Amino acid sequence: MHDRTIAELGAALERGECSSVELTRSTLDAIEQAAELNAFITLTPETALAEAAAADAARARGEAGPLTGVPIAHKDIFCTEGTRTSCASRMLDGFVPPYDAFVVSQLRAAGAVSVGKTNMDEFAMGSSNETSWYGAVRNPWDTGTVPGGSSGGSAAAVAARLVPGATGTDTGGSIRQPAALTGISGLKPTYGRISRYGMIAFASSLDQAGPMATTAEDLAIMLQAMAGFDRRDSTCVDQPVPDYRAALGDGNLRGLRVGLPREYFEADGVDSEVARAVEAAVEALREGGAEIREISLPNTGLAVPVYYVIAPAEASSNLSRFDGVRYGHRCDDPADLEDLYKRSRGEGFGEEVKRRIMVGTYALSAGYYDAYYLKAQQVRRMIRDDFARAFEEVDVIAGPTAPSTAFALGAKSDDPVQMYLSDIFTIAVNLAGLPALSVPAGFGGGRPVGLQLIGNHFDEACLLGAAHGYQQLTDWHTRRPSLEG
Amino acid sequence: MQWEAVIGLELHAQLATRTKIFSGASTAYGAEANTQACAIDLGMPGMLPVLNERAVRFAVRLGLALGAEVAGRSVFARKNYFYPDLPKGYQISQYEIPVVGTGHLDIELEDGSRKRIGVTRAHLEEDAGKSLHEGFTGMSGIDLNRAGTPLLEIVSEPELRSAKEAVAYMKKMHSLVRYLGICDGNMQEGSFRCDANVSVRPVGQLEFGTRAELKNLNSFRFVERAINFEIERQIELIEDGGTVVQETRLFDPDRGETRSMRGKEEAHDYRYFPDPDLLPLEITPGFIEEVRAELPELPDAKRARFAGDYGLPDYDAGVLTSSRELADYFEAVASSCGDAKLAANWVMGEFSGALNKAGLDIADSPVDAEALAGLLRRIVDETISGKIAKEVFEAMWQGEGDADTVIADRGLEQVTDSSAIEAMVDEAIAANPQQLEQYRAGKTKLMGFFVGQVMKASGGKANPQQVNEILKQRLDG
Repeated sequence: MHDRTIAELGAALERGECSSVELTRSTLDAIEQAAELNAFITLTPETALAEAAAADAARARGEAGPLTGVPIAHKDIFCTEGTRTSCASRMLDGFVPPYDAFVVSQLRAAGAVSVGKTNMDEFAMGSSNETSWYGAVRNPWDTGTVPGGSSGGSAAAVAARLVPGATGTDTGGSIRQPAALTGISGLKPTYGRISRYGMIAFASSLDQAGPMATTAEDLAIMLQAMAGFDRRDSTCVDQPVPDYRAALGDGNLRGLRVGLPREYFEADGVDSEVARAVEAAVEALREGGAEIREISLPNTGLAVPVYYVIAPAEASSNLSRFDGVRYGHRCDDPADLEDLYKRSRGEGFGEEVKRRIMVGTYALSAGYYDAYYLKAQQVRRMIRDDFARAFEEVDVIAGPTAPSTAFALGAKSDDPVQMYLSDIFTIAVNLAGLPALSVPAGFGGGRPVGLQLIGNHFDEACLLGAAHGYQQLTDWHTRRPSLEG
Repeated sequence: MQWEAVIGLELHAQLATRTKIFSGASTAYGAEANTQACAIDLGMPGMLPVLNERAVRFAVRLGLALGAEVAGRSVFARKNYFYPDLPKGYQISQYEIPVVGTGHLDIELEDGSRKRIGVTRAHLEEDAGKSLHEGFTGMSGIDLNRAGTPLLEIVSEPELRSAKEAVAYMKKMHSLVRYLGICDGNMQEGSFRCDANVSVRPVGQLEFGTRAELKNLNSFRFVERAINFEIERQIELIEDGGTVVQETRLFDPDRGETRSMRGKEEAHDYRYFPDPDLLPLEITPGFIEEVRAELPELPDAKRARFAGDYGLPDYDAGVLTSSRELADYFEAVASSCGDAKLAANWVMGEFSGALNKAGLDIADSPVDAEALAGLLRRIVDETISGKIAKEVFEAMWQGEGDADTVIADRGLEQVTDSSAIEAMVDEAIAANPQQLEQYRAGKTKLMGFFVGQVMKASGGKANPQQVNEILKQRLDG
């Protein structure tokens, strides 16, 4: 059963090949056996089995949907009522929220069975899943390499076929980059498509939840459940939710206009094997009937610096609430208030989180605000305008998801700037609020390469259709790593 | 040297919404600590603010009442600082673009002249919680019931020139926000608070002096005392060769002085930036017109109407419109008893006096408008005299019933029966032959003596006019 997609599992459950309780049990066993990946922070076998039993009962009543009884996992950034939600930080090691995130309640309402909470970079800050308080996640393709980040636990779990789908969040590439590095499919929807309620904030104007699975079709099934208006998030947009699965069509790519940004292919530091794989993927799209056009996104090179002003600025403020006063880590025997703050935060946060709080605090400081934050917002508008112009000519934009394949654990830990450049192709999408996905597009040196497709605002259907068409022409998404026990 | 004070006020009006500005928790005052703070107010992870539309409506009401521009687009910003009673580590406020722009408020000075005071801006923000230092050892308690309560901060131009002007402005604004129904104005509960920026300069100098910001001014009296103290302090300091430093000073009502908060306060850099959790606040012209249509009659308009329609002196109209409750009370009494001047005199006199003495609000008055009107009707129809009416009012205040009940129970009905009065007059004359003789000899001012005798005999109930007439007839006859 563990090689199956959500769509296939839904059908198998419907046919009665197995029950959700059986499927959930074997899922939990598989996760146990793959403990070396360190993909999970918390497992919730009891609630999972209860949900599975409820799903089986619902199915018996004839009330099953495509996700009913299907095991999934949630990134540990989504609050789960009664279950620890750590954000992979010592700060929240003991934090048990009294509420569910919107995404969690939506998926539960759709019948999905949550088996646990996946590992991630601390507060979603990282591109390698090495900043977690609970230790690094390993890439199932090569356990000496990273799975990417920050949704590295969800990516590794899906890549290893422990669960058919998992949730992630993407602030600068945190769904797409790990999807690429682990050879799975991952979608970052349009900003505002999915409510951020109950999702622990990193950078509020960039954060967006999304699905991670093996196929575009599964992404469509999950997105269907996750999308929708929620007035508890003022930035959530009240837009009708189309039938994404129906919109996948038959995989025909004829007439699809695909833009290739000149700047993505001229960028320094793109591995030749990544470039080759992406070129081959573009060729496959062309053969499938897509019309390929060269386009320009002239401000591409500014995305990383702009992001590393805006995201840390927002983070520095968002993370102020972790002060040791009401919940979360509190230092022992504080001498006074200042000591309470300094030691609680000093002990509770890891190095990368502290670095970004420092950078963000600096960028917002009196005398620097105009030069950094305000300027970054201006450039952000230019980047958005670049995309808007491009989408007058094309339906989707294609390119590499990440400049390299999975790198060795520890390889970039001491060089934050090199690490930040891992997100060079994904970051601009968040700055522009656009939807984008990564799909498996081959291998370089035995490690997966991802193809990124970027769509226009709220045009997830087109994006998923293109990815689905590509997956009809290729079988990269069916490749799975062999995990030797 | 002649000195001039320059004062600007920052008033914080707590908006009378049922729920908080960014959450659905109740804003009711006085609940047990932390029972009115939801996950949003507690700054729990993943919680997001959702703007209370009513708070915006209230801000627009004030903007319209001040003749101010209401911004079509304003922005919520985060003011970042750490404090235990500030759950998120930032306060959501408005910084660069407030919801209400420049407006004005006219105040009345002691000499009766009017002065227009500019209002720089008014912006929406959330209140913080409270630190509790009593009842804990080695720790402080935090009560977050108040966290997230909507506030409107109203900033005046530095156009006030004395403590009296500052108080007049504050009182006028206090009256206005209550008129508008946007703030209960309860200063003891902190619903209406004031910070004052005070500086001095030689008369004739254009540049402002260095200002001090005074905090903890939670009554009109404290505002006046603190500002006066601060003006004197700054003048003395400068005349002694010192310089005023820009700082925050706390008013100590027990000592009647302001004290520097320096040393305790660190230099704050609030790192304001637009709150990415909230979209810019957009207010349509249609919404503004909707709010304009629901505006009540404002104090200045009401005062003019009282003076015109009821023929009241301007001063009386001013007193009666000083609060919406008093104005409403007066109007109810006047229309019910049919004599506006009589109603004005009683509402400003006996009624206000009794309220003050008992320390009660109009809403808690034991004599409601209809009851007072019932009493005044008895004056109008001459059932009782004005003097007796005071006794009846006192009894009504004590809960003895309505005017007619008290008059009947105490037998206070005025005696207007001529034969009864004639009998009392005759009796008084007969009992005082000496005075009669003197009167008839030309000492006519003894008339008053005889009136007094008759009134005394009647227990004050005889109609004074009739007594006078009959006495005159008899004495002169």
